[in-house]
Amino acid sequence: MDKTANTSRQNSLETKERLKIKKHEMKCQPPEERRRNFKEVPYGYSPEDAMEEAKRCIQCKRPYCIEGCPVNIDIPSFVKLIEEGDFLGAARKIKETNSLPAICGRVCPQEDQCEKVCTIGKRKDTPSVAIGNLERFVADYESKYGDIHIEVNKRKDKKIAVVGGGPAGLTVAGDLCKMGYSVSIFEALHEIGGVLMYGIPEFRLPKEILLRELKVLEDMGVEIFTNEVIGKTITVDELLNERGYSAVFIGTGAGTPKFLNIPGEELNGVYSANEFLTRVNLMRAYNKSEYDTPIKCGKTLVVFGAGNTAMDAVRTGLRLGYDDARIFYRRSRKEMTARLEEVHHAEEEGVKFEFLINPIRFIGDENHNVTAVECERMELGEPDESGRRRPIPIKGSEFITNIDAAVIAIGTNANPIVPSSTPGMNLNKWGHIIADENTGKTTKKGVFAGGDIVTGAATVILAMGAGKKAVVAIDKYLETGIW
Amino acid sequence: MYEIVGKKNLGEGINLYNISAPDVALKALPGQFIILRVNKNGERVPITIADSDKNDKTVTILVQTLGKTTHLLSELNVGDSLTDVVGPLGVPTEIERFGTVVCIGGGFGIAAIYPIAKALKSAGNNVISIIGARSKELLLMEDEMRSASSEVLIATNDGSYGTKGIVTDVLRELIYDKKMQIDRVIAIGPVIMMKAVSDLTREKSIKTTVSLNPIMIDGTGMCGACRVLVDKKTKFACVDGPDFDGHLVDFDNLMNRLKFYKEEEKASYECHMKQHHNG
Repeated sequence: MDKTANTSRQNSLETKERLKIKKHEMKCQPPEERRRNFKEVPYGYSPEDAMEEAKRCIQCKRPYCIEGCPVNIDIPSFVKLIEEGDFLGAARKIKETNSLPAICGRVCPQEDQCEKVCTIGKRKDTPSVAIGNLERFVADYESKYGDIHIEVNKRKDKKIAVVGGGPAGLTVAGDLCKMGYSVSIFEALHEIGGVLMYGIPEFRLPKEILLRELKVLEDMGVEIFTNEVIGKTITVDELLNERGYSAVFIGTGAGTPKFLNIPGEELNGVYSANEFLTRVNLMRAYNKSEYDTPIKCGKTLVVFGAGNTAMDAVRTGLRLGYDDARIFYRRSRKEMTARLEEVHHAEEEGVKFEFLINPIRFIGDENHNVTAVECERMELGEPDESGRRRPIPIKGSEFITNIDAAVIAIGTNANPIVPSSTPGMNLNKWGHIIADENTGKTTKKGVFAGGDIVTGAATVILAMGAGKKAVVAIDKYLETGIW
Repeated sequence: MYEIVGKKNLGEGINLYNISAPDVALKALPGQFIILRVNKNGERVPITIADSDKNDKTVTILVQTLGKTTHLLSELNVGDSLTDVVGPLGVPTEIERFGTVVCIGGGFGIAAIYPIAKALKSAGNNVISIIGARSKELLLMEDEMRSASSEVLIATNDGSYGTKGIVTDVLRELIYDKKMQIDRVIAIGPVIMMKAVSDLTREKSIKTTVSLNPIMIDGTGMCGACRVLVDKKTKFACVDGPDFDGHLVDFDNLMNRLKFYKEEEKASYECHMKQHHNG
């Protein structure tokens, strides 16, 4: 990071003038329209909006935002370039550190990262600079008008295998390729992207944008093999010993869905969030006339959970045509883990949130289809091991709600396929791969890991951050041969 | 792309395909399956691997035309390609020297039991196979089953070949009338058949393995659509199975879950056939 560049820049506007500029919100599709279509919710900034918003940045001497970013994008510099109208320059600046800006600009929880620590956001009356919106704007502008050629260093003679084509794997592949390594991504599904493809819905991250960013990687020379389940089709040991890879990075993601373990969960119409979203996103079930994978629709959908995946599922439900789509959560609004923006969008679209409710059993009809769920009301007790107040059932508070479908969005367990087929790679008690936090090194020589398969379910950007760290360590390992 | 290098019609809308899939063929073990897609808008369909050839780098599958996807597949010929083939998925069937093993294949299940019988025979077991179909013309892979077994017993519903009745009738005879010492039963076929076999062997505590075929999407443990109840616990057929202890499987639950998309499948097939005939 070039700090002198920031500090030496002349601020054409006085700071106090900058602080007077109002934050520019992105215009969005009206809720009553978008709740029934899969088109992206925000329209994005116009160039004028972006330049005005960029003026709000006061170019701090100590830019906390860079520290707040898991991949340490030089935020003040790219924002300055936007202010100057050099949008392609801004895109180039971001791409020095982040190869997937159009994605991060959309799905990062900026309010917990760069925007959380933004200096002006700490003042009472001035919200943080809309860094995420600006990142999104330049990425989209570049894809329309620019053609940034990404410099790839002189080819090196070593090959690296990346297992899993999600956020962690894509970051590792992109960065190592830029350094000159030959990189192959092995993806289990028929399309790469991982959670960006199967999990995050079209209205939040249009597939077209994802495919565009993936094409950049391919154009750089990253080799992509789909339909390769590492651990089944080829093992990690075979990649290292027979297929000529000098190192392997494992970024296989979150894994198998958790269920509630209550009676009736096996009824038809009770889905895991992964199944519900995979049908709609990866398999495009919402586009019935063109795609073959089916999905049902009914009147009432209840989603259990309150994370980002739950929000994606419940909003997808509305768009499929459910009249009544609700969130049932066993804790209170305060404990929800979803991004505020997602909760806000869901509420605008008519999603009902009901708190302190715990499901006890699902009830079905003679055809084995779910028709109702029995729940009990909860109250909050003392904090539990997560630091959040533990919900406790209220006796005699049981009630029955009629439903046509239920989605369980309460998290995932580790996927066993790679771990169980890779001797010498140690796991923690939850089955996640043990990897060094700073390097991604596992207990097996030559094998690195990062993202949800190490941490359990987290965010896209944290997986990318883990990928970044692993890249440095992989390069060092391949240069020195020292493990 | 995965080229079809061999295709044989076995009658009654059943086709055998040899598909070029080098990485899958090198790894495939008895009891495992692939997931295929016929075209880029297609669904992901799990199909048991009936055989594999490490030299030709092909896998063999049998597919019966039942809906849109299988109809699209039936129209492909040698030289055409499938968009996606992924595998081998699932945990391979336990192959050990058990002693006397009865391998039961019902209807279409014969294709799935064949590689298992073959492997069990190679492992030194006395393999008695019971295969059944509605009638003689519909009986699949009889010659292959004979080569993979010490003895093959046949049942047809109409009595046109072998015992008149179902495979369970033949098994009952072995257990009760012939009082055969059976060390293991492996049964693959319609859910109702696997249930009946498991009920029968439970009485004599003969360990019985069945292979389950629930609705699946990714086949790698990610979606949970294929969950089955085994010993009242939720298991994922794709990564924990597809083989399970028949005495612990909730077959009724599996049958119910298999019905979920019947209406959609029927509508999709009808719509497809209408367009197909008009086109």
